[in-house]
Amino acid sequence: MKIGVFVCHCGTNIAATVDVEKAAKAALNLAKVKFSTTYKYMCSSPGQALIKDAIKEKGLDRIVVCACSPSLHEKTFRECLKESGINPYLLEIANIREHCSWVHRDRETATRKAIEIMKLAVTKVTHNRPLEKTHMPIEKRVLVIGGGISGIQSAIDISFAKFPVVIVEREASIGGRMARFDKTFPTLDCAACILTPKMVTVAQNKYVTLHTYAEIEEVTGHVGDFKVKIRKKARFVDTSKCTGCGACWNKCPAKVASEFDLGLCKRTAIYTPFPQAVPNIPVIDRENCLYLKSKKCGLCQKVCPFGAINYQMQDEIIEEKFGAIIVATGFTQFDHSVYGEYGYGKYRDVITGLHFERMANSSGPTGGKIIRPSDGKVARDVVFIQCVGSRDEQKGVSYCSRLCCMYTAKHALLLKEHNPDSQAYVFYIDIRAAGKNYEEFVKKVQNEYGAVYLRGRVSRIFEKGGKLIVRGADTLSGAQIEIKADLVVLAVGLIAQNDAAKLAQMLHIPYDQNNLFTEAHPKLAPVETITSGVFLTGACQSPKDIPDTVATASAASVKALGLLVQDQLEKEPLVARVDKNLCSGCQACIKACSFNAIETKEVEDRALKRKRTVAEVIEGVCSGCGNCTAVCRMSAIDLEGFSNRQIMEEIEVL
Amino acid sequence: MKYAYYPGCSLHSTAKEYDLSTREVAKALGIELIEIPDWICCGATPAHITMHLLSLALPVKNIIKARAMGSYEIVTCCAACFSRLKTANYFMRTDDEHRQKVEQIVGEPYKGEVKVRHFLDVLVNDFGLKNLKGNLVKELKGLKVACYYGCLLTRPPEITELDDLEDPHLIDDLMRTIGVEPVQWPYKTECCGASFSLTKTDIVLKLSCDILQMAYDEGAQAIVVACPLCQSNLDLRQSTINKKYKKDFNLPIFYFTQLIGLALGIDGKKLGLDKHIVPPAALLGEKDKLAKI
Amino acid sequence: MKWFISHETIRSPFLKTLEKDCGEKISHCYQCGKCSAGCPISYQMDYLPNQIIRMVQLGMEEQVLSSKTIWLCASCLTCTSRCPRQINVAEIMDYLRRRAYTKHMTPPGEIEVPLFNKIFLRNIELHGRLFELGLIGMFNLLSGKFFKDVALAPRMFLKRKIGLFPHKINNSKEVKEIFKKSGKLGRARRDKLWQPKLLFLNLSRKLIERIERLK
Repeated sequence: MKIGVFVCHCGTNIAATVDVEKAAKAALNLAKVKFSTTYKYMCSSPGQALIKDAIKEKGLDRIVVCACSPSLHEKTFRECLKESGINPYLLEIANIREHCSWVHRDRETATRKAIEIMKLAVTKVTHNRPLEKTHMPIEKRVLVIGGGISGIQSAIDISFAKFPVVIVEREASIGGRMARFDKTFPTLDCAACILTPKMVTVAQNKYVTLHTYAEIEEVTGHVGDFKVKIRKKARFVDTSKCTGCGACWNKCPAKVASEFDLGLCKRTAIYTPFPQAVPNIPVIDRENCLYLKSKKCGLCQKVCPFGAINYQMQDEIIEEKFGAIIVATGFTQFDHSVYGEYGYGKYRDVITGLHFERMANSSGPTGGKIIRPSDGKVARDVVFIQCVGSRDEQKGVSYCSRLCCMYTAKHALLLKEHNPDSQAYVFYIDIRAAGKNYEEFVKKVQNEYGAVYLRGRVSRIFEKGGKLIVRGADTLSGAQIEIKADLVVLAVGLIAQNDAAKLAQMLHIPYDQNNLFTEAHPKLAPVETITSGVFLTGACQSPKDIPDTVATASAASVKALGLLVQDQLEKEPLVARVDKNLCSGCQACIKACSFNAIETKEVEDRALKRKRTVAEVIEGVCSGCGNCTAVCRMSAIDLEGFSNRQIMEEIEVL
Repeated sequence: MKYAYYPGCSLHSTAKEYDLSTREVAKALGIELIEIPDWICCGATPAHITMHLLSLALPVKNIIKARAMGSYEIVTCCAACFSRLKTANYFMRTDDEHRQKVEQIVGEPYKGEVKVRHFLDVLVNDFGLKNLKGNLVKELKGLKVACYYGCLLTRPPEITELDDLEDPHLIDDLMRTIGVEPVQWPYKTECCGASFSLTKTDIVLKLSCDILQMAYDEGAQAIVVACPLCQSNLDLRQSTINKKYKKDFNLPIFYFTQLIGLALGIDGKKLGLDKHIVPPAALLGEKDKLAKI
Repeated sequence: MKWFISHETIRSPFLKTLEKDCGEKISHCYQCGKCSAGCPISYQMDYLPNQIIRMVQLGMEEQVLSSKTIWLCASCLTCTSRCPRQINVAEIMDYLRRRAYTKHMTPPGEIEVPLFNKIFLRNIELHGRLFELGLIGMFNLLSGKFFKDVALAPRMFLKRKIGLFPHKINNSKEVKEIFKKSGKLGRARRDKLWQPKLLFLNLSRKLIERIERLK
């Protein structure tokens, strides 16, 4: 065995803190190390050539590279070994950058630590075995969870490449949040005008299957072979018979507050959320339907000319297979009722930005009139408050929601257009308008539409004499401000969906303290997750405006397509293996495995002359996490590339 | 129900009627208040803006005296005393450095374990509104009041742990129970200027005038308070406010205990209703609640 | 005002001791203005509360300690309970006042509050509990506003809301002990009550008012 050790300077990233020459020299004292050297950038072409040449000239058969984290260049160096005719798994990376030079200051101790890390890698590499990649088939279909603009765009992009795609949407129609918007900043084109063509495209596309009013029940399997259970909630309307004529909802006597219009108007118990709904097939809301509650009424069934109403319908669970999953579950609004100073959500004329959107919309609950919800009077003096729930560690979330500055500016503009003698007052802390034509848009709202921007916060809102008294401060003039307002619009922040954590656990993807899904790398893998085959798009990851959402949707689609176009899926051979002779069949490993990658199997025990149960790893599913090896009392399970023996020897050599 | 009672300086002088009515109400309801022997001043605002340690040591001394009485919780009525005792407790519980210094001053170990309660809290949460209702002799129907909590009962919420921060309701609940109608008004927790009563009287006059105005505008016939400083600023200074701002306020300022006392059938004089500067007799007489005070 | 910023001003001991004593990270403040928006007394202040915090951030010790604002804070805690960055603004005001005491930096127009506080504390030190007549009398005498609130006095006496004599308690020694120990540990100086400057100021203010009324 001839081991070669290659120490990288990484410019000054490593060399400034670690004495790389000393480390290379120290390597030669280790058993079986026949060669060592250093280079400025080992990952560069000349650096790789250096390794290849040394392999050829010195006859090296195992390589240790002391450089950055293996998550960055392990692949590069494995390829380098392969090209030199050595099995790529006879390589070890000693991470002396992230684990050493970047976190230490003292050169002497850092060098000592770097040598220790190198020692571990050399010890480990002596026990590496040549391994071969395995291959698995791919289910060539994509699941998109969420039917907002994000999911719609993803589905369209994937259908272009002629791969089947399934959208699962929880609401009765696709369209998501964007369907509720009136205009979009900074161009002011109407949200419905640009969204509905996409919704129709999806509906007409033969590659796209829509499951609306449906939720994900369970996800098992792994990249290339996800098995997903989908609950199709009972609509009580037969989709194959219904034509969307509207006879039913015109007659339905049960009226409740409309969720789509945030309670600004009523809907019936059988309803489609909005006129352009896709599919244009109503659902019956079982909590409020008089027939389903108490067997009275049944009017919709009587009036339906097509016999589409079926009160006996039950939830249906279907199971489908997918090769990749795109998560596009979006966001929800921050609930401002925690702000006592803004009235605990009790004042009817203190509304959120989304309420304002609905009012400004000509097909909305007020027919496009911006009024006071309490008495229906036209709103003249309107106060907008930014950063409600955002940038507030005490009552909300610490992050900036990114869009509120822009949508508030848009609202101030729309207000003036709808009610020409109105006046907008905007309380802000900072204006964040970093986007194409965004700053110009805000300036236009201030200069041409006369919105008064006040730099400061509002301390209190209360009702008096039919008006809302808004008290705040303008820190630029150093004055306290009091405004008698008709309407107050809170720019509430964007937060994760209430059940985001549950979905993340189902998909085995990480999420942060705010329940936002975490990408594999914030810069270099922004739409991937660490679970391969699961991709992210839109605001379920972090607050995003429409342009960014659409861009990430296309990006996620490309990533999913990149998987599907392969004939077979390559799989790392670093998986667990069971020694059947040692396995006692206790099944502790099955409980420990979070990927359902271990099964039981009956084997013939020759010594005992009877059958017994042992564990067996499904190679395709195993991700090589090592949980099972830690719980196995018999040490019957071992992980390729991280064997118990390797780890024990690493500890011993320290 | 037994409690160690800490009246505080105000309740022995300018707010005597608060003390009288609290004792009367407690007696009538069978709540035993045992005055802490030889209690001393809590230091109030002047202490905490002058000497930090003193502002902790004075309340802690009192709490230790209460602890020596047995395992009672402390009840106080004055909002300022309540705030200072609670703050001191909070420091003793959470801040080791200050605790050690204060222990050195008072000469005894103390870790903030004695509970400090406001009488409001005791009435609503220990005695209970239902129980109170059952004890009423009459209901004070037809009286509309503004319940005014001021600053120190609710702020900061993590220390006072008493009521809702922006829209407190304990006094409102009590008033509703005795048949009085509390108006909805936005100034429940505005500041009256409190400690500036002597030093910055102008500020007190302006802030108190705003509060009286808002209560009047919202249809209140009187204001109900739970703090001696609020009471004296609104009551004692009302005539000066009328003169300075050309107003004609005639709003009696009651302690919540006084109105509860009336509903329990206690004689007005025993509740100190004769000690008000803005006389309540007309209002209460007019409503036929109290023939003579 | 013009302010020269350097290493020394930004990392002055002023900032460090403040952060240590109050347990507040002053750099947390992002200047949203919520404190100033809700402050009931900011209409009288020379700097808004958020400006005071900003000045502290920049190490402007002298300007802050000689400001009127810190003496106008009524400790109502509205700012503290609403701050989105969880800064205890009222506690910082307390700290600034305590520091102003020890540095003898009260502004000339704002002597009443410190004087009142001193008289109040002296009063407690002496009697154990507040003797209100003594407090008011002493304050009026030493601030030069001899007849302030005199009109209210008879009513107060009649209603027995103010006693003529201090309460007697049995533990005056104990209280004095607490004061002695706290003073030493707290290093807050309670210097003389007699302030001829203030007396003169208030008397002359009265005189000017009289003259103007005569005009």
